[in-house]
Amino acid sequence: MTHATATANAMRPPFPTERGVEAYNTKLGMWVFLASEVMFFTGLIGSYIVLRFGAPGEWARPGIVLNIPVTAFNTFLLICSSVSMVKAYAAIADGNQKMLKVWFLLTILGGAMFVGVQIYEYLHLVHSGFVPSGVREGSELAERVANGTLPAATMGLYGSTFYTMTGFHGFHVTCGVVSMTYLFFRKVLPGKYTQQDYRGVEVVGLYWHFVDLVWIILFTIVYLI
Amino acid sequence: MSASATGLRSWLTTTDHKRIGLLYFWTAFVFFLVGGLEALVIRAQLAGPNGTLVSAEAFNQLFTMHATTMVFLALMPLTAAFFNYIVPLQIGARDVAFPRLNAFSYWVFLLGGLFMNASFLFGAAPDGGWFGYANLTSKQYSPGLNIDFWLLGLQILGIASLAAGFNFIVTILNLRAPGLKMMRLPVFTWMVLVTQFLIITAFPVITVALVLLMFDRFFGTSFYLPAGGGNPVLWQHLFWIFGHPEVYILILPAMGIVSEVLPTFSRKPLFGYTVVVYSGVLIGFMGWGVWSHHMFSVGLGPIADSFFAATTLLIAIPTGVKIFNWIATLWGGQIRFAAAMKFALGFIAMFIIGGLSGVSHAAPPADLQQTDTYYVVAHIHYVLFGGTVFGLFAGMYYWWPKMTGRLLDERLGNWHFWLTFIGMNLAFFPMHFIGLLGMPRRIYTYGPELGVSTMNLVSTIGAFLIGIAALIFVYNMWRTRRHGAVAGDDPWGGATLEWSISSPPPPHNFDVIPTVASRLPRWSATQLKAIPEGAETAAPVHVPAGSWWPLIAASSLPIMATGAIGRMLPVVLAGVAILIVGIYRWAYEPFEA
Ligand SMILES: [Cu+2]
Repeated sequence: MTHATATANAMRPPFPTERGVEAYNTKLGMWVFLASEVMFFTGLIGSYIVLRFGAPGEWARPGIVLNIPVTAFNTFLLICSSVSMVKAYAAIADGNQKMLKVWFLLTILGGAMFVGVQIYEYLHLVHSGFVPSGVREGSELAERVANGTLPAATMGLYGSTFYTMTGFHGFHVTCGVVSMTYLFFRKVLPGKYTQQDYRGVEVVGLYWHFVDLVWIILFTIVYLI
Repeated sequence: MSASATGLRSWLTTTDHKRIGLLYFWTAFVFFLVGGLEALVIRAQLAGPNGTLVSAEAFNQLFTMHATTMVFLALMPLTAAFFNYIVPLQIGARDVAFPRLNAFSYWVFLLGGLFMNASFLFGAAPDGGWFGYANLTSKQYSPGLNIDFWLLGLQILGIASLAAGFNFIVTILNLRAPGLKMMRLPVFTWMVLVTQFLIITAFPVITVALVLLMFDRFFGTSFYLPAGGGNPVLWQHLFWIFGHPEVYILILPAMGIVSEVLPTFSRKPLFGYTVVVYSGVLIGFMGWGVWSHHMFSVGLGPIADSFFAATTLLIAIPTGVKIFNWIATLWGGQIRFAAAMKFALGFIAMFIIGGLSGVSHAAPPADLQQTDTYYVVAHIHYVLFGGTVFGLFAGMYYWWPKMTGRLLDERLGNWHFWLTFIGMNLAFFPMHFIGLLGMPRRIYTYGPELGVSTMNLVSTIGAFLIGIAALIFVYNMWRTRRHGAVAGDDPWGGATLEWSISSPPPPHNFDVIPTVASRLPRWSATQLKAIPEGAETAAPVHVPAGSWWPLIAASSLPIMATGAIGRMLPVVLAGVAILIVGIYRWAYEPFEA
């Protein structure tokens, strides 16, 4: 009997019980927050679709302005960091402090590198003349518009939507990296998470997977189509 | 922080949902009076033809700020006052799920409201209408700071609503007393829950709309600018995808209040509880599929127009169902005509008129005649004044004794009700005809040959009657704070948990968390494992401590917005720094909750 109870306890999520639905407050709060985030990105993506299909003319063909291979690598990085987040979660669920530290740190590094590559990409694009208002005059891209490789009529929208959507996503990744770094030093390194209570890892993990998922959609519609 | 803490500091750092509720109430009530004054200036200008009280420019600012203030700074926060004060009591909780986030919501709301109104100091109050259509709001057509104040202020206010939304959904789902199943929740709490889901899904959409507008104005993007390939109609879609759910965000809490008041003052359980709850949920869902009825005049084509006409007609059904349920609740009840009850009944009557005129512009051909005329103004005021404000007044008379320990005076309440009721019908009913006769809204004056002078004068008289009624209410609140009858725990014989504790409740609300076994725990006392008489608190009750960090974090937002208005990057960065420090210290802070 005692043994059976112990087994059942080990199989349940080992968090302090709270009344209400089957999710503790911060986890439920994160889910609700992510629901509103879904609406935010839906609004952005929906606007993009409306603008692109209603655009006065052709959209720039993929790969001319944006560097797809670099960003594909960046996408790969972000997916890897999602995997390492799962690994961190699994490690602490097993009570493995050491691997929690390793995987959690790798997740942070993956996110930070993503942001770094994105900054590099932005600098490069601005240098080539691609700005939120479209194409800067006298730049490399302006020549391409002049010789007809890029459509003049829609470059303004292209710049507007590109920087807004990827910028908001980058902002989300940055917030994730900052809060994970905070958790790493305050909670993970001192060993505050235990097999009985690792709620912080789970909640930040939900956020991180969401940000990853959004990127896969954005990468597809902004870079590839 | 001890139970009896007083003084400014205790209010600035409070995380007690009841104090935050009172802060919401007083702040929103002041904004309500400000918005009302703006309305009175508008009506004074329109009292006769060729009015010269204000200039056309000032008139634009007045109608924009009247609507913006009433929607975002008065009515929504007044409902939030009741969410804060009443919901934890109705579900048998000691506080909300995230007390500091709750304080943060309030401070962001207050500071956002002050920021928006600070525009008056610069003579640059928002003047693009409360739905700020593109491309009127573009740099080209609105070069001043007016629109910048508006779009930044609304973004700040959106953050307040979103944070409160997350908080209340978790609170209602997770902090219910033992035995308080979802289908035992009081209808008010149910409607709050639906409202919060609408808030957390609708406000991100207007945030997107405002962000794109901000980028157009600040960073040279061209989302809404046809010259750059953008699409001004996109703004209308985004705004009304938010805007129609917003209508339900404003009305559902009032419906919830009325669903509490009617049973209490009829001594009968609400007729068809389940149906009322489900129709509320259904309204919440259907509210997403009707937005383009605000856009029939855009010319979206017959298919889109038919679709949105049909969904708009359909959404009248669950609303009508509720009205029948309320009326059936009254049937055969022992009705007591207290002021709260009068406002609840007034709500039903006025909301029916507002609902009917709403259905009348569900038909695109009719709408094309009515849109942008005073007919629409009449409709929205029957819904938002006759509906939401009446519901809020009902809630004020009903819950005031719980919040203050004193009853509001019923004789003054009677004057308040009848003057408001007569005033609003004088003010808004003629607007139906004024509109159908062709007077457009938002024009600062009109000529005598239009033949609407008398009706406009009547409307103005009605508006001033409402103003007098509001003064009576203010006097009532002021007088009864000392001289009002002592309320006791339960002056009305209410059925729900908030009436089982003292008025006002102690900081921890419940000495012993009650166990609930029915929908109307206090009317079926055997089913409430009630709080034992004179029960001593067994163990020390956890009462959340106070915190400065919500206020400090909230202060960063108007700082950033001020930096943006003045195009001063260092100020924006200072705001960001304050926000980061605020959140960081907030997360550090040992906080008992
Ligand atoms: Cu609507």
